[in-house]
Amino acid sequence: MASRSRLLALTLAGAVVVATAGCAPQKELPTPTVTTGLSCAKDSLPTRTPGKLTIATDQPAYEPWFSKDKPESGEGFESAVAYAVAEKLGYARADVAWTRVKFDTAIAPGPKDFDFDINQFSITEERKQAVDFSAPYYLVRQTVIALKSSKIAGRKSLAELRDARLGAQVGTTSYQAITDVIKPAAKPQVYNSNDDAKKALQNGQLDGLVVDLPTAFYITGAEITDATIVGQVPQVGTPEAFGLLLDKNSPLTSCVSGAVGQLAAAGTLKELEQKWLAQVAGAAELR
Amino acid sequence: MTLLDHVPSEAQLRRSAYRRRQTVYSVLVAAFSTAALGTLLVIAVTGAPGWDRVRRSFLDPEIARDALPTVLSGLWLNVRLLVCCAVGALLVGLVIAVLRTLRGPVFFPVRALAAGYTYTFRGLPLIIVLYLLTLGVPGLRLQGMPPVLVLGGVALVLTYGGYLAEVFRAGIESVHSSQLAAARSLGLTYRQTMRHVVLPQAVRRVAPPLLNDVVALQKDVGLVSLAGPIDAVRAAQIATAQTFNYTPYVVAGVLFVLLAIPLIAVTDWVTLRAARRQSGG
Repeated sequence: MASRSRLLALTLAGAVVVATAGCAPQKELPTPTVTTGLSCAKDSLPTRTPGKLTIATDQPAYEPWFSKDKPESGEGFESAVAYAVAEKLGYARADVAWTRVKFDTAIAPGPKDFDFDINQFSITEERKQAVDFSAPYYLVRQTVIALKSSKIAGRKSLAELRDARLGAQVGTTSYQAITDVIKPAAKPQVYNSNDDAKKALQNGQLDGLVVDLPTAFYITGAEITDATIVGQVPQVGTPEAFGLLLDKNSPLTSCVSGAVGQLAAAGTLKELEQKWLAQVAGAAELR
Repeated sequence: MTLLDHVPSEAQLRRSAYRRRQTVYSVLVAAFSTAALGTLLVIAVTGAPGWDRVRRSFLDPEIARDALPTVLSGLWLNVRLLVCCAVGALLVGLVIAVLRTLRGPVFFPVRALAAGYTYTFRGLPLIIVLYLLTLGVPGLRLQGMPPVLVLGGVALVLTYGGYLAEVFRAGIESVHSSQLAAARSLGLTYRQTMRHVVLPQAVRRVAPPLLNDVVALQKDVGLVSLAGPIDAVRAAQIATAQTFNYTPYVVAGVLFVLLAIPLIAVTDWVTLRAARRQSGG
């Protein structure tokens, strides 16, 4: 149910962007070339290096978005998405060049030495003043994390979390995920910051903590290494959306957005998400 | 001539009539000045250019209605905590004050410890005490760790016990030494003297500031919410985050004032009674 609405949201967002760019999304076109107005054929795309697509990300690039800090491997969710977009635009794997750009540099105004950057950029109005974003390729999911020694580590469904003491930061979608989706028997614990919540988790005062998925990967990977991801909660509230970042008023924005929209409509993005976030990175879907 | 046959003189009648007139007159003046001030305030606030926006975001009746149940259930936590912590802090304060006023060189370490306690906990910001107790102590992973509410309560009792101890001590030291000397000369032991002569007078004298600290405690118990539990203000914060409207805070504020009114009324009454007794009334 939730996944269907997310697919719908991605599709809609893609469709809107495509429509505003003056193209109609092609339903059954074998090639990604869009026929109206602006051509998105590989030969006519004004990329930095003609015939090549230069994609940027940060150094180091973290799991599970990239694998082993090697974006060119095609492994990891964002690497896979980047290659899928490149393929939609007609670039073979050999035509893709990677470059490294710091996160803060990328969202700052000014000329960019990449065609697009993929680095977990949340799409915000503020950032849109300085840069362009493609249609969203990922809607952030809320995730339950727990200590490996916790009673809820390894549970598989939402129903199994009903008896858990869960916590979240105040005023966040994470808190909504507890009250609206998981609905545990015990009152959720609320904290001023994720730092306080993490401390309570470490102390064993909480069975599980709800944070968004990128934060969950960071906490379990770098901050609390004896914590593990229990699973992803169905979509709730108004999630953050990740978009590909391009230079302000880049001539590529509409084509890249169109490609992302088509990938969303075809269900490719959902498959990649399933494969790299749920299966490989171990953030299973709780239903 | 009995009291019943008493006929007030002409002058007395004039005097009481004058007093009645004066009373009516002063009530009328008070009513008029209050009405004038109220009108001025209403005009100033509702005539302000931003009044409409403020009213929408702080005084929305529908949002207030929706937020009331959750804020009330949060307030119930405040009330329970307040009762337990007030009793605990009064006891701790009294014990510490008695320890600080013990006589004799043998009790020096006890006096020093009690003094150190009041210095420390009056100086330490409550939030830091709360953090240490509610997030620090459970990190020790000891057996039988009490729930976070109990730990938060302990933090409040420790902090407010420090304030109340000083209030009690001021009361004890305000009892004139002749009282002590008289009690001892009657053959009472030190303990009996404290119990029957000094403490009753001391507590009566400092009842107003004690209650004042309890009123302050009422607002601070909500701070345990930083360790997870949802109190009235936290419930209002959550409701505000969901609606982007500050009305829930106003609801919580009104409930807090309503909760404080009985306490403050008792404080005023006790103060008045103490003042009357002091002035030999």
